[in-house]
Amino acid sequence: MSMKRFLFSGFGGQGILFAGKLLAYKGLMEDKQVSWLPSYGPEMRGGTASCSVIISDEPVGSPIVAEPDILVAMNLPSLDRYESAVQPGGMIFVDSSLVERKVQRDDVQVYYVPATKLAGDNGMPTLANIILMGKILKVLDEYEESSIGAALQKVISARHADMLDTNRKALEIGANA
Amino acid sequence: MADKVLMKGNEALAEAAIKAGCRHYFGYPITPQTEVAAYMAKRMPKIGGTFLQAESEIAAINMVYGVAAAGKRVMTSSSSPGISLKGEGISYLAGSDLPALIVNVQRGGPGLGGIQPSQSDYFQATRGGGHGDYHMIVLAPASVQEMAELTVLGFELADTYRMPAMVLADGTMGQMMEPVSLDFAVSPAPEKPWATTGTKMAREHNIVNSLFLTPEELEQLNFTRYERYQTIEANETRYEEYMTEDADIILAAFGIAARVSRTAVNEARKQGIKVGLIRPITLWPFPYAPFAKAAEHAKAFISVELNMGQMIEDVRLAISCKAPVTLCNRAGGMIPSPGQVLEAIQKADGGVSK
Repeated sequence: MSMKRFLFSGFGGQGILFAGKLLAYKGLMEDKQVSWLPSYGPEMRGGTASCSVIISDEPVGSPIVAEPDILVAMNLPSLDRYESAVQPGGMIFVDSSLVERKVQRDDVQVYYVPATKLAGDNGMPTLANIILMGKILKVLDEYEESSIGAALQKVISARHADMLDTNRKALEIGANA
Repeated sequence: MADKVLMKGNEALAEAAIKAGCRHYFGYPITPQTEVAAYMAKRMPKIGGTFLQAESEIAAINMVYGVAAAGKRVMTSSSSPGISLKGEGISYLAGSDLPALIVNVQRGGPGLGGIQPSQSDYFQATRGGGHGDYHMIVLAPASVQEMAELTVLGFELADTYRMPAMVLADGTMGQMMEPVSLDFAVSPAPEKPWATTGTKMAREHNIVNSLFLTPEELEQLNFTRYERYQTIEANETRYEEYMTEDADIILAAFGIAARVSRTAVNEARKQGIKVGLIRPITLWPFPYAPFAKAAEHAKAFISVELNMGQMIEDVRLAISCKAPVTLCNRAGGMIPSPGQVLEAIQKADGGVSK
């Protein structure tokens, strides 16, 4: 059976929960079992935010991801806090425009993406999360599948439909980063 | 699957209530259930329903009493400290034989406690909470799908037996998103000839009341109510068994603890340990029978809970202390990991093999 446990973590306002939701919807589109669990608390923009996403062929047991297969760290506190929790052989995706240090571990695959810088350079300053997602999907060899487009349509509300193309472009930038 | 959407448990629960015909919701914000109220605030005005943010939890439960007396499906929701405030009103609902749905998305306690998930209101939900001899039907969802389906069931059972029902969830169930299908059947509310809907000068007054000053009369009402409870115990007990048939060790867990336990069972089975899980879906009535049956072959029981050990008392009662029952728990908003449960299983297995 195949199961991937993701942990997305960063500042509130970076779209951590949104990125996780996009991934969960992609799983749903592919008839996978999925769960999405946010950290919740007295949190605010600029505070910490994280969410657990599990994509599996089997029913998801515990929805809590304490030891992720894949960690997405969008700020330094997130990397500091969760680096040691990643499963050996797992992956860490780092927004290298905001996290200056390197990953210390040598038993995981690490991908540095200057997502926030790329987002700014391309006139989409709020889409660093989606740029990272493009990279993740590319690395996992799941980028080409059409379900990500359908998932985007699900998570982007009708009110923001004009953002669809920009999000697609962000995915592409990430995939090629 | 086309008909499934991703929804938070709190939102799925609220939408399911609307599907069940609930058009009256009274609440007050408190983490981690606030999305229920927010969803109702958005939806109710669009479908001709009532959303009202009361001035307090006590006000909200008494508004529920009013609508229930008028014979309509009605709901309130809160989290642990707020449910304590509703305790008086819930007792009045029970004492007046009124159907209503109360949702508790639990957080750590006692007192104001914290805002992270907990199951420490098990005693309160299954043993009363308010004063007097009464029960609520208590339903414990373990997925977003069940957050929706047990909400509908709660309304149906409350109506059938004329009593309050509770969905006892926790912060995780409320906050997590999972695929959910809201395409399910709902039985319409039955006729309620007892409801206070106005006599139109054509019938006797219906009176809804919980004050009975004649002890003989009040005793009889208690007797009759408990006969009804026996019917419910016989007909409405619900649970799920997982790998219990050949199990030496039986886990007991509900809600999020059951999800964690199921993962631990799978891990332990890989190590050749014969372990199974009984997941109560109704906490009242508690599924005593499957535990008693399991006690015929199982050598150890473990109650996995997000509290200091509450359901464990029912597990001990259910198996008449035929086997040791240990507790595997976290409290105060913490959640046991599958690894912690696995350790408890391994420890019990050591005792069993000796």
